[in-house]
Amino acid sequence: MAKRIEVSDLNIYYGNFLAVEGVNVSIEPRSITALIGPSGCGKSTFLRSLNRMHEVLPGARVEGKVVMDGQDLYGGDVDPVDVRRQIGMVFQRPNPFPTMSIYDNVIAGNRLNNKRMRKSETDELVEKSLRGANLWNEVKDRLDRPGSGLSGGQQQRLCIARAIAVEPDVLLMDEPCSALDPISTLAIEDLMGELKERFTIVIVTHNMQQAARVSEQTGFFNLNGVGQPGRLIEFNPTEKIFSNPDQKATEDYISGRFG
Amino acid sequence: MSTDTRSEPRLAASPEGPVRSHRRLPRFAPLGLYLAGIALGAGLSALTGFSVTSTVVYGVILGTAAVYLTSRTVEGSRKGTDRLVTCLVTTAFGIAMIPLVSLVYTVLDKGLARLDGDFFSNSMYRVVGEGGGAYHAILGTLIITLVATVISVPIGLFTAIYLVEYGTGRLKRAITFFVDVMTGIPSIVAGLFAFALFTLLFGNDFRAGIMGAVALSVLMIPVVVRSSEEVLKLVPNELREASYALGVPKWRTVVKVVLPTAIAGLGTGVTLSVARVVGETAPLLITVGLITGTNLNPFDGRMATLPVFAFYQLTQPGTATQAFLDRAWTAALVLIIFVMALNILARLISRFFAPKTGR
Repeated sequence: MAKRIEVSDLNIYYGNFLAVEGVNVSIEPRSITALIGPSGCGKSTFLRSLNRMHEVLPGARVEGKVVMDGQDLYGGDVDPVDVRRQIGMVFQRPNPFPTMSIYDNVIAGNRLNNKRMRKSETDELVEKSLRGANLWNEVKDRLDRPGSGLSGGQQQRLCIARAIAVEPDVLLMDEPCSALDPISTLAIEDLMGELKERFTIVIVTHNMQQAARVSEQTGFFNLNGVGQPGRLIEFNPTEKIFSNPDQKATEDYISGRFG
Repeated sequence: MSTDTRSEPRLAASPEGPVRSHRRLPRFAPLGLYLAGIALGAGLSALTGFSVTSTVVYGVILGTAAVYLTSRTVEGSRKGTDRLVTCLVTTAFGIAMIPLVSLVYTVLDKGLARLDGDFFSNSMYRVVGEGGGAYHAILGTLIITLVATVISVPIGLFTAIYLVEYGTGRLKRAITFFVDVMTGIPSIVAGLFAFALFTLLFGNDFRAGIMGAVALSVLMIPVVVRSSEEVLKLVPNELREASYALGVPKWRTVVKVVLPTAIAGLGTGVTLSVARVVGETAPLLITVGLITGTNLNPFDGRMATLPVFAFYQLTQPGTATQAFLDRAWTAALVLIIFVMALNILARLISRFFAPKTGR
């Protein structure tokens, strides 16, 4: 089930350094939300705070609220491990587990959590997830081969298959295409179009054409200078951001007159 | 070609292309010059009363000078310097190989005499002259090293996991510091520690293989910690994050993702740490001592071990001195074979358990 995420007054810290300040945003279910902005402005940090991956780093912490379907994900009684089971993530660099086969990579989320499943069930789950990630036809004959033997684009789709195999509500993607060629990128963009029927997707991208192509909503992050916290400057429907943005900074960034 | 029309006569001498070409020495000329230098050195040495050492010293100096000067004259200064450094590096390598080759040769030469079935099947029980063997010492070494490994590997591995995955701040720094200190403990001190510990616990007359195993563990733990730590650090953080992002708890990530990814390196590290302690003599000498019969119980009584066996064969030969010396050399040879087998095992582990790329 796709879910809505409401973020209010979110401050994100690395130790004492305020990295992202005062984010208020509502992420719609069954749609793609793109986050754009210059390097170092806190897009990825913000994305990682949505499924509590941010706090994995030593000294990292968060203030404010991230509410998914009425539940504050940073509430005192919420286990970050459970949050991550509901909110999956795909990373910038493809990172299949090198010790596992393609098959085992797909069901890694279940197997690593010691979920008992019958062979027929896992077979079904692997096929469904790989089909969902548009990879089934390319790997169905070599499911027992190591995942690291695939090409970069295939590896990234394998990671997407792995993420959707645990049936999350939300899928976070941190520049999923930045290491890929245009053909693989196109495959993944098509895939996102299909996945948004079932999931809420948030994607960080440096590629503005990509944001314009795939997303319904776009958020623009920026920072005033080095050492200043990043802020969410504008959050609007993608057409509006790319045709008639509210903020001057957004227009400058999109038209390439940045800085 | 059209660009060649305005070339001067000097450039025409190198018609290959725009890259400057040099005169080169023929392929085997440097080696020949070097050997000629050595021969000259031998001659020089013969003038002052021949000896191998002076031949080598004169020869290396003369050979290096011959190669350098010829190459500098013919090929230019850059190539000459290159040849000079090649000569120096090769000489350094040759010097480093001398003790190794000499040691292996001597041990093989003197140890092969008794490398027979008797050596592996007989103990020294009631043997005062010829015959006898190191059956008891080989088994003793295997048992004590095994017990030491069983003690050290869990402690060392868990310490390394703590340092890499969990530790922060002062405690981590303190542990790292003390592990470094432990690395430098002299082996005799480790033996005295084990001796004192067991004397305090079980009284003055207590002797058992476990004392030696504890002493070896003190030497082995820092090696296991250090090697495991380095290997665990090599596991890419992305794999941990990928696991967390699937909703896998941290301890399960460590057990099921980090350790399997690093298993090859961990196995190699453990094997090399065993190789490091298997030949230790001093701590076993003062804790476990030596007996002539076979004792396979590491919790009661003295045990024989190969290094201590070799030591006593050498220092306290009985009536037939040569037989004792032969046994000492063979014990040394068997130890070297052990260590070499462990090193080969380490290589095999790292080859077979490394994550497969599938390409």
